[in-house]
Amino acid sequence: MALEGLKDIVLNYVTKEYLEDDSETLTYDSPLISGGIVDSFSMVSLKRFLENKYAIQIPDDKATPEAFDSVNKIATLVEEFVAKKG
Amino acid sequence: MSNIGSYNERVKNFSWQIAEKDLGYKPGDVINIGWYCTDRICQQGKGSKVALYWEGFTGNEKTYTYNDIRLATNTVGAFLRGLGLKDGERVCLFMDRIPELYLGFLGVLKIGAIAQPLFSAFGDESLFVRLSNAETSAVITQKKHAPKVRKILDKLPHIRHIIIVDHDGVSPLKDREVGFSLEKAAPVEHLDIHPTKAESPSVLHYTSGTTGMPKGVQHVHYSLISQYLTAKWALDLKDDDIYWCTADPGWVTGTSYGIIAPFALGVTQCVLDAGFSAEAWYKWIQKRRVTMWYSAPTAIRSLMKAGDEIVKRFDLTTLRHLASVGEPLNSEAVVWSQKVFGKPFYDTYWQTETGCIVISNYPGMEVRAGSMGKPFPGITGTVLDPVKNEPYTTHGKIGLVGLKFDWPSRMRTYWNNEEAFQKKFRNGWYITGDRSKLDADGYFWFAGRDDDIINTAGHLVSPFEVESALLEHPAVAESAVVSKPDSINLEVVKAFVALKPGFTASKDLDLDIMNFIRKKLSPLAMPQEIEFVPALPKTRSGKIMRRILHAKEWGEEIGDTSTLEND
Repeated sequence: MALEGLKDIVLNYVTKEYLEDDSETLTYDSPLISGGIVDSFSMVSLKRFLENKYAIQIPDDKATPEAFDSVNKIATLVEEFVAKKG
Repeated sequence: MSNIGSYNERVKNFSWQIAEKDLGYKPGDVINIGWYCTDRICQQGKGSKVALYWEGFTGNEKTYTYNDIRLATNTVGAFLRGLGLKDGERVCLFMDRIPELYLGFLGVLKIGAIAQPLFSAFGDESLFVRLSNAETSAVITQKKHAPKVRKILDKLPHIRHIIIVDHDGVSPLKDREVGFSLEKAAPVEHLDIHPTKAESPSVLHYTSGTTGMPKGVQHVHYSLISQYLTAKWALDLKDDDIYWCTADPGWVTGTSYGIIAPFALGVTQCVLDAGFSAEAWYKWIQKRRVTMWYSAPTAIRSLMKAGDEIVKRFDLTTLRHLASVGEPLNSEAVVWSQKVFGKPFYDTYWQTETGCIVISNYPGMEVRAGSMGKPFPGITGTVLDPVKNEPYTTHGKIGLVGLKFDWPSRMRTYWNNEEAFQKKFRNGWYITGDRSKLDADGYFWFAGRDDDIINTAGHLVSPFEVESALLEHPAVAESAVVSKPDSINLEVVKAFVALKPGFTASKDLDLDIMNFIRKKLSPLAMPQEIEFVPALPKTRSGKIMRRILHAKEWGEEIGDTSTLEND
């Protein structure tokens, strides 16, 4: 199930909250964790944003650095949990 | 055969002159860490040996020989001198783990200035208190981090220069900014190294305090002596090693053992400037054929979480020695590393103030899983009765870790805060702030902190600093910050928050406060959980009783509540 505007919402949020250099641009595939834009501590607040926004709970074992490493991967994860919610 | 050989023999016959002799240093000589890490190695005929393999997150790579780093550090030093920076001035390095951080650090030392490395994830408030306390003269940074410096620049009159190492040469520079490109600058073959002596200040690392703002731990060039020897004996670094220290030089491990000691030993080291993932790390070890790996319990536990199967996909057989630092290494991690890597992680214990490893497990000595190990030869450590401030006469009792403060890399003072420095001593012993017990064979066993400082992923966070920042959030009336147990990071920050009238607890407010602290202080200081409470437990005199909240989080006895208000 594809959620309308999901990727742009995540991309805008990451750009606004985590990107320090205004001149840098992110794409859906930009490496967020391995690229050093979001660290493991900051991942907690990104996870919290997604949970609040989409009324889901992402278990810690699913919130891995790999699953959060790009907007595309995050979108896949969120869609999975939104679908489970029914 | 390990470098240390027999631990007991080393203890019996120890003198720091062993390191002085190795390094060709005699008391009274000039001793400059920058020179020892570069020029001296070249003079030994190792100029063409690889000093640093570096890889960034996009996969771009750089390789530097010892002659390359000699020239690069000369070039940085000459550039800084050209700006008018002089010995004794504080020069902050505020960068990701890019080569300029490592080379800049040594370049600063070469001109006799004091290197002040700060973690690049620090927010503007964390940056401000440290730069203002040190009255820093210059900041070396990257384009991406410059906005944080600009934001606070008006309040920092001491800063004369902001050096941007990746400036494109085209974009307009702002107030006090200057562009510098190590790649484009003409290499400086000869630099007059500042003739620093043993007690000349070298490095200023900031560390968190329980009740005050961060303190600048001041080290001297003579620290090299014990950083060199501990790396040789405790980390067992050898000439043909490929060494990987995973620490960021924003913290002391990343400078003592990520720059100074390995380069002074002429070892090849490698740096991976990328976020953590088990796959990326194992791939790096395989690619660089890492032989000695110095990491931290949080990373080791994260690797454990990633599982055993992934390890089998990589050739990690080059690893010959593993060590850990930052927080107590749990016995499960030691057992796990033995299982998957065929060798245990050796725990090492030290802190920003000690400047070098002071208690450790050593190659060739039995590793007792979960133990901190034994004092480094030449260092006297004990467990003190917290009431009498005297060493316990029987084993097994938990007390304060005390050290005789007499090794070369001990801090000399807290910057502009001699009073706080003096408070670290009781009855002639330096008090580390950690609690431990000793077993009958002299091994130390960590038992926790003796104060409210939070150790998250090996980094110390001051509850006071987080509480002060929380008060600046428009919704927060008062707060109390404590540690909360965490299976990966050992501890994480938890905040209890009472809101101002007109504000209501909500998930959005919770996230807003988290992000507020993350940006103001750092991701490490961000509360991973916020509990909204109507009021905080206080004494009758109005002091917030953090220990009650701490006990609740850790499932401990609350203890005496006789002074609790409204009890």
